[in-house]
Amino acid sequence: MILKPQLNDIKNIAYYVGKVTIGLGFTMFVPFIMGLVFFKEVNPALDFLLSAEIAVFCGLLLTWVCATDKELNWMQGMVIVSLSWLVAMVLSAIPLTLSGHYKSFLDACFETMSGFTTTGLTLVQDLDHLSYSHNLWRHLGPFIGGQGIAIIALALFMKGSAGSFKVYVGEGRDEKILPNVIHTARFIWLISIVYLVIGTIALGIVGMRIGLKPQNAFFHGACIFMAGYDTAGFAPQSQNILYYHSAIFEIVTIIIMIVGSLNFNLHYQLWKGNRKELVKNIETRTLLLSAMLTFFIVAVGLNKLGVYSNIFTLFRKGFFQLVSGHTTTGYMTIYAQQFIKEWGDLALVGMIIAMALGGCACSTAGGIKMLRVGIIFEALQQDIKKIALPENAIVTQKFHHIKTVFLEDAQARAVLLITMSYITIYVLGALIGVWYGYPFLNSLFESTSAAANVGLSCGITDASMPAILKVTYIIQMWAGRLEFMSVFALFGFLIAAIKGK
Amino acid sequence: MFMACSLWLLAFGYSFAQPISSIELINNAKFYDGKIVVYTGEVIGDMMARGEYAWINVNDGNNAIGIWIKRELIGDILYTGNYQQKGDLVEIKGKFNRACVEHGGDLEIHAESITKIGSGSTILHQVNQKEINLILGLTGIIVAVLLLRNAKLHFYKSKGNKT
Repeated sequence: MILKPQLNDIKNIAYYVGKVTIGLGFTMFVPFIMGLVFFKEVNPALDFLLSAEIAVFCGLLLTWVCATDKELNWMQGMVIVSLSWLVAMVLSAIPLTLSGHYKSFLDACFETMSGFTTTGLTLVQDLDHLSYSHNLWRHLGPFIGGQGIAIIALALFMKGSAGSFKVYVGEGRDEKILPNVIHTARFIWLISIVYLVIGTIALGIVGMRIGLKPQNAFFHGACIFMAGYDTAGFAPQSQNILYYHSAIFEIVTIIIMIVGSLNFNLHYQLWKGNRKELVKNIETRTLLLSAMLTFFIVAVGLNKLGVYSNIFTLFRKGFFQLVSGHTTTGYMTIYAQQFIKEWGDLALVGMIIAMALGGCACSTAGGIKMLRVGIIFEALQQDIKKIALPENAIVTQKFHHIKTVFLEDAQARAVLLITMSYITIYVLGALIGVWYGYPFLNSLFESTSAAANVGLSCGITDASMPAILKVTYIIQMWAGRLEFMSVFALFGFLIAAIKGK
Repeated sequence: MFMACSLWLLAFGYSFAQPISSIELINNAKFYDGKIVVYTGEVIGDMMARGEYAWINVNDGNNAIGIWIKRELIGDILYTGNYQQKGDLVEIKGKFNRACVEHGGDLEIHAESITKIGSGSTILHQVNQKEINLILGLTGIIVAVLLLRNAKLHFYKSKGNKT
């Protein structure tokens, strides 16, 4: 028997969604202040002030009407997360819509969901004339979403409770870096801000060296860092990374993408001085092996068609795009149409596999995640051993992830469930693309890019694409980022509200 | 006969006298690779000096393409497009490269000449008065909500103290 949600459930959920909404409103003051004081852009600043007020007003109402001090249960925690992301998508789309650079409110919602989920697929019009304030907001979205929208609320508003761990897990993270989840959330933010300062300075200096004006060099540096470290792939100009025409800029960006795709737990270990973890960890080893295999496929595909005339250009273009896809960043140094018109099916398949597998768990990256891929192969080895060894032999399998972990059936089962969910969503999205007349491989590329939160496009993502396809990709980006459980919880909650007794 | 041969040579050596759009160039990059093309659009972003040459990016309304050009040829460009400015309109004649070996495989044009065909300008953005009115109204509502909430909390607190 399905139980109907009670008033307390709704109040609890609404209260914490209200907290997140207030937090989101405060973050909009950043582009407001920057726009008014530094960029001297009055209308964009007003867009953000109005949007911030709307968010704060909605949040205040919710927290006032639904004030509660009750603990959260798992269902409430998960629903808070999934609902917060939808509310954030809608409220953050207001200033972008007011900019006049989006053909519809749906397009602006697509952009904000793409930003928060660190995907990077974009529907912006005339990006080269977008204000600094609106561009900053486009890049702040991945920085906020990559670390976790609900985690902001945890770090700032929640005093620390069992409920906070449920919200943390709901955002697709289940690794506790520090014993207290609030401290974990604060550590994630601290390390991100430290990297932001270092990354912005590094890219700013490189930017000035390659000919950008100083203010643009550091603005672009901050934007590219936020979108690169959070593996989002947004860029301040329409040509993406191709705008800079610089090998050194691409090299720095590659380093940032790889850093962003690593597990936060690994960052903590490196922070503590445990450098050996980089070599011993199952995720880094799986990532290295996977990147080598998929790059081999891409390189063979490109070479077979003679896409690039020498090994250096093949490596520069092919390797950059492969790293961009595998880390699920989505930065591009070629035009979207070139994937389809020039790269050929084999290279495209290599890219799709890389995107589908994705980066490390508990990072800003998307995809199935290297930890799951590694565990699947460990489970496979274990099963092969069980068959090969005598029946009464006790077979154990272990792997190293921060500490030695013995592989258990329940763990392998959970990993396979999420992996199957990702593969299902990749294929379903592709089928919807085929329904609208796009070729299967193109549709699979775009669908995988959306659901794995990559952001590479082969040209399907465009303001003129059908609204249903936009909604499909929005759902894919949202579900992929939250790793399904919170999304399933929300649907379950709604079904229970309608059908429950 | 002479005219026919000249036209044939013209078609292969100096591909097109008419400007070609970025969409056409990108979608048919293999066909135009190595050919002399004419491309027009607005100069956007920064002009990036690299020794004797520079990169400028020119957007024709659909896509921006990178132009590798001698620095001495871009002295006339005064405006580049961004939020505050509309950039100068230019016509570029040069060799189109689908995957330039010199520049790491970039799709770009090595310019032989550049002609300024339109001047850019500063864009005047009128302050949005309606939005200011909305902001003022909403500020009043938020303040009212906060005062009401605080008054209610104070009322319940004092009621609690009395009992």
